[in-house]
Amino acid sequence: MSTLLFFIAGIGAVAGAVGVVVLRDPFYAVLALVAHLLSLSLLFLLLRSEFVAAVQVVVYAGAVMVLYVFVVAYVGGREEPVGELLRGRTPAGATLRLGAAVLGGALLIELLIALLGTGLKAVSGYGASYTPGPHAFGTPAYIGWLLLSKFLLVFEAASFLLLVAAVGGVVLARRRAGLEDEEESSGQVLTPLDLIRPKRTGTMVEGVGGISYAHVLAREEQESERESESAATVDPAATAEPVGAGAGAGPAAGTSRQEEGW
Amino acid sequence: MAIGWYLAISAIVFALGAAGVMVRRNPLVVLLCLELMLNGANLSLIAFSRMWGNGAGQIFAIVVMTVAACEVCIGLGMIVAIYRRRLPIDVDELRELQG
Repeated sequence: MSTLLFFIAGIGAVAGAVGVVVLRDPFYAVLALVAHLLSLSLLFLLLRSEFVAAVQVVVYAGAVMVLYVFVVAYVGGREEPVGELLRGRTPAGATLRLGAAVLGGALLIELLIALLGTGLKAVSGYGASYTPGPHAFGTPAYIGWLLLSKFLLVFEAASFLLLVAAVGGVVLARRRAGLEDEEESSGQVLTPLDLIRPKRTGTMVEGVGGISYAHVLAREEQESERESESAATVDPAATAEPVGAGAGAGPAAGTSRQEEGW
Repeated sequence: MAIGWYLAISAIVFALGAAGVMVRRNPLVVLLCLELMLNGANLSLIAFSRMWGNGAGQIFAIVVMTVAACEVCIGLGMIVAIYRRRLPIDVDELRELQG
């Protein structure tokens, strides 16, 4: 039974990998990678690492691949024909591509020699002894115990790495020149938090190109002054109206104008 | 199945991913092939972990998944930024790293 499962999952994994490399449309390549990840998680299960298999399905095939699908749907990407994949567009490109494919094959042969040609007897064995139980090898309890005792530093380093990546993602995704320019990105809805927090301390809205609370206040003051000069009676609702009316114009204004420095 | 079979599959997946990184031109697909390479390495880590009955390899695999998630976050952010500047989505034409 486990032999049959192994061959199903192994063939699925290799076929998914071939699909990622060969398929023309990036969307189909993402779907092939999902199939590859699912069959790989089956292999993990066969190797008695249940927790890693679950993480593979939930985090990798679930969350990360959804991110890929979003970006493929947004960017689209150019399809490359399979023939062009090997031949390239110029003769020099063809040589380079053929060389790359040959290098990949050489890498495979070298890896196989290194992994299977070793004198280690354990490679052809079936692994260490395994006794089932609630705290056995590969269960969530076992992984959690390892992460919080022996590998605590690794755990903390990984969390810090995730924080750095999140900050980097926000920095890469924000529109440039959004903070200074209040004519282009006009107005935003005030939240109760804006009244509490200190002014101009970078919120997410300021980072992605909305304007800061200080700008809103300054413009409200200007407009109220202007209107009090022109008309004797000032309606308080009229001063607040331009701020809310331009809330939808922010994203469109930023995308139509290209970022200068990157 | 013997551990060697799992190692063979991990080697095949890793080599396919490496060939894809070198051959493909779309940076999205290059990122996908990078994922393939990481997953090949993950499979061999898990196989060795099973071979010795030691959980360190599984912890290593989970950390590799974390690094892969970070790489996806930054890489896809860069691709979207490239797309917004109307540059070609093609690694052969994006050969200048000047700001």
